[in-house]
Amino acid sequence: MKPDRLLKWFLYGYLGLVFVFIFSPILFSIIFSFNSDRFPTIPLGGFTLKWYETIWQDPDVWEAARTSLLVSFSVATIATFLGFTTAYTDYRYRFKLKPLYLALILLPPTIPLIIMALAMLAWFAKIGLSGQVFSIIIAHTVLTAPFAMAIIRLRLSQMDESLEAAAWNLGANQWRALRRVIIPFCRPAIVSSFCLTAAVSFDEFAIAWFISGLNKTIPVVILEIVTGNIDPQVNAIGSFVFLTSMTLVIIAQVVLMTKNKTEKENHD
Amino acid sequence: MPVSGKRTQSALVETTPKRLLSHQLTFKNALRLPIIIWQALFFIAPLIFMVAMSFFIVRNYRMTEAFEMKNWLKMMGRDYFWDSYGLTIGLATLATLVVMTVAFPAAYTLAFKVSENTRRWAVFLLIIPFFTSYLVRIFSWYVILAESGVINAMLGYIGLGPYIMLNTKFGTIVGYMTLTLPLVIILQTLSLANIDRSLVEAAHNLGCRPWRTVFRIVLPLARTGLIIAAVFCFILSFGDFVSPYYLGGSKPPTLPILIVDTVKSGQQWPRAAVVAVVMMVTLFIVAFGGIAAAYRRRVR
Repeated sequence: MKPDRLLKWFLYGYLGLVFVFIFSPILFSIIFSFNSDRFPTIPLGGFTLKWYETIWQDPDVWEAARTSLLVSFSVATIATFLGFTTAYTDYRYRFKLKPLYLALILLPPTIPLIIMALAMLAWFAKIGLSGQVFSIIIAHTVLTAPFAMAIIRLRLSQMDESLEAAAWNLGANQWRALRRVIIPFCRPAIVSSFCLTAAVSFDEFAIAWFISGLNKTIPVVILEIVTGNIDPQVNAIGSFVFLTSMTLVIIAQVVLMTKNKTEKENHD
Repeated sequence: MPVSGKRTQSALVETTPKRLLSHQLTFKNALRLPIIIWQALFFIAPLIFMVAMSFFIVRNYRMTEAFEMKNWLKMMGRDYFWDSYGLTIGLATLATLVVMTVAFPAAYTLAFKVSENTRRWAVFLLIIPFFTSYLVRIFSWYVILAESGVINAMLGYIGLGPYIMLNTKFGTIVGYMTLTLPLVIILQTLSLANIDRSLVEAAHNLGCRPWRTVFRIVLPLARTGLIIAAVFCFILSFGDFVSPYYLGGSKPPTLPILIVDTVKSGQQWPRAAVVAVVMMVTLFIVAFGGIAAAYRRRVR
């Protein structure tokens, strides 16, 4: 029994170390954002808010924040709409070439961002859409729609199929059944897909960097600062981005969890 | 399960007049077509155009549509291209081996040694990094790993170092791990948690030693999921330009850095397209090889 327990504690310790590795860059970035040294190390310098003041007063950062919010909000809306239609089609219908249909929406995340970035850059230049906020929105939608589809599809697979059929039998046409039965059932997944796709878009830099032109998003500003020099401003912006994304992720998670819980309770 | 839905629907179809049938078709297409159109225009078309672009030529700093092998011959004939190619494959392979090995004990612990509740929380924690800026995390590593950074300062207290970690392969691998480790642990945990416990217990009861159980029972049973995790790890590392650039020093550049440099330094998009197409082909081979290995029947 003894070696077993030893092994167990060894494994727990190991797991802890792995988590330290994964979270230390995030934690250090937050700590450094309040640290007065230009080049932070141990022991830490004094506490300061100057990096936050710098970005607060930087009109470029504000402009980028506005662009980022506009982009991620639009991306979330379109991606969730497309994700829903695809998830419902997959749930409801069988047709020839369906694997191809699913591949069409699910493949983009498996292609390296840098390749998507080059392809989008060239294509948008070709069709005359380059350098606009609109083009970032389109590109990010392609990238995030698969996540929306996956989240909503998962929710649909928990649905009792007879619900929709019952609505039809009671005289609802398909649109009405969709609006009154399917969409309300999927609402938590729709909300969480909205938040998650917004968060992914809010963080994406490779494609945005290639195609944004003058309409920089926050991650593009970070990339440009990082390329220039060591500048703790990045930590301050990073902490702000982290806070925004985490808020979205936690909303998404909470919405999904509470909904599942209440349903389970109602069931009992 | 989908069968019953299908049946209700076809029963409906049989008893409904033509007008209603066409309504149903409109409904079906209204839901099915948007994504087809969207992805055809903004996903497939860009990729096809990129392949075509690799045959275009640049004249007087302007890209002209053509069909010439010039870019291909030029890139394929350059030693630096093949150096970059070898380096990128080497680094991505190394990253995959390191990440799979480092992740496994962690995933094993999460799958077998903790309660289901703890596992759920751990997976939730592992999702968090996906939503933090990868750039900021790499910048953070840059400061941590620097010659006067956090790690060397700590090592200094016990009289070690300083070690040079930036602009080395070590730096690049740390960056790749930052990108891929959480995903790989999640995928490994899911595939390990799905295997039939009774087989592991049977091996244990029959006196099989723990190590032997891991290699003879657990690994083969979880093979599909593990290979998929490895393939994802390879794809992500292979395509990342941030880690080799900021932590690895980009000398020589990896293929993604080559694309960035070529695009950002001028109008040589067609040459960047050549690099991108080579990367795509490589990744397709790796992905198909991986999937074939993952779903192959065991031959005895």
